[in-house]
Amino acid sequence: MAVRRLRFTFPTDLIKEPVIYLIGQRFEVITNIRMADVDERTGWVVLELEGEAEEIARSVAWAESRGVRVDPITGDVIEG
Amino acid sequence: MSYAQHLRCRECSRDYPLAALHVCEFCFGPLEVVYDDEAIRAAVSREVIASRPANLWRYREFLPCEADSAINIGAGFTPLIHAKNLGKALGLPNLYVKNDTANPTWSFKDRVVAIASSRARELGYEKLACASTGNLANSVSAHAAAAGMEAVVVIPDDLEAGKVLGSSIYSPTLVKVHGNYDAVNRLCAELAGSRNWAFVNVNVRPYYAEGSKTLGYEVAEQLGWRAPDHCVVPIASGSLFVKIRKGLNEFAKAGLIDEPKTRMSGAQATGCSPVATAWAEGSMNFRPQKPDTIAKSLAIGNPADGYYSLVQLRDTNGACASVSDDEIVAGMKLLAETEGIFAETAGGVTVASVKRLAAEGRIDPDELVVAFITGAGFKTAEAVAGRLGPALEIDATVESFEAAYQDREGVPA
Repeated sequence: MAVRRLRFTFPTDLIKEPVIYLIGQRFEVITNIRMADVDERTGWVVLELEGEAEEIARSVAWAESRGVRVDPITGDVIEG
Repeated sequence: MSYAQHLRCRECSRDYPLAALHVCEFCFGPLEVVYDDEAIRAAVSREVIASRPANLWRYREFLPCEADSAINIGAGFTPLIHAKNLGKALGLPNLYVKNDTANPTWSFKDRVVAIASSRARELGYEKLACASTGNLANSVSAHAAAAGMEAVVVIPDDLEAGKVLGSSIYSPTLVKVHGNYDAVNRLCAELAGSRNWAFVNVNVRPYYAEGSKTLGYEVAEQLGWRAPDHCVVPIASGSLFVKIRKGLNEFAKAGLIDEPKTRMSGAQATGCSPVATAWAEGSMNFRPQKPDTIAKSLAIGNPADGYYSLVQLRDTNGACASVSDDEIVAGMKLLAETEGIFAETAGGVTVASVKRLAAEGRIDPDELVVAFITGAGFKTAEAVAGRLGPALEIDATVESFEAAYQDREGVPA
């Protein structure tokens, strides 16, 4: 089993969609929300995904295909 | 000695030991070093600090590692100049420039890496690593070389030649990654999570970030032990922007300066402006961006301290400008032509932003303003190549010289 800590950023048109619920339904992945801030224009959720590494990767790819931006929780690790 | 006590989560205030940790296990908030403020206040004085060598270790009590065993290649205590010519051009008679191009590897990153590398060695690490668009890689490579540590620096494959050379001269393991910006970032995040290396801005980030505070200390000392009225700082991850003000606050807490009322304003390139965009929209939530700017050292689309930068902009009544690539180049030229300082593109962003903010009335002409110039121009020579005046090409005769000199473009006969 693997655990990944990620930050999902939602564009305005996805704010009303239950993306995280659907990840839990469609994939063998446990979602654990740790921090979040969502308003009517944008939102982010910091969460832990637990499961087989490949299944987590598939769930992330699916979220990205829906328009969610997925980043490491540290923000960009590359710096000037 | 260091008066660091522990790490504390900036969100939920949980405490952690002074280890290689960077996020809170409970809320994933960032961790920050906490010091014994009373002990620092008792230990420091203006006289003691002023008597020490001109590098950042003169502020040793405020730093999270032991100065006596630190990796010291001479970072810090760079010139602060009263930029009278640039100030005249911008209508800001009290404009100062903090020239951090004068660091050992020609950028402010020497400050953060001096602290990160020293702390990494204290924690027992033998390898220093980073993912960088140039300046950070240069500094990590140099500090590792001086310390006899191994360096692994990961860079995108489209960097300016000067920035690549500025790392490879120190013989690190230099890894050039093919792929777009997101791909490079993801690979590096994975490497940082899976290797037992000191990734300077990831697992030792709380210590790394403390290096930026020294810019605040220095400016206050160089102004005669007072805080500026207004700082204009380039924003990449946002850490520098936040820590300069933290440095001023800590100096006041230690009784070295009066309580600062410094306004903090930010500078970004339009091609990567998540903080400036959120500030303009009045939002405290920034949206990550895909960077597309010549200011590669500021090309952080998802800044770790973006939220805290927005908080600081709000709390200090600051403003945040974003400027185009053409304005960046014009800013680089203006700084060079007025003050004799050749800055990299990030410096162009800062100067162009000062110009914009002054023109918009967001900087009061009476304010004592400090503009932070964070890296040297030879690193990004490509940005101005082809945009500068040509040389006069002549035969080796006085007549040829006279003719060419008379015909100089833009000079009246």
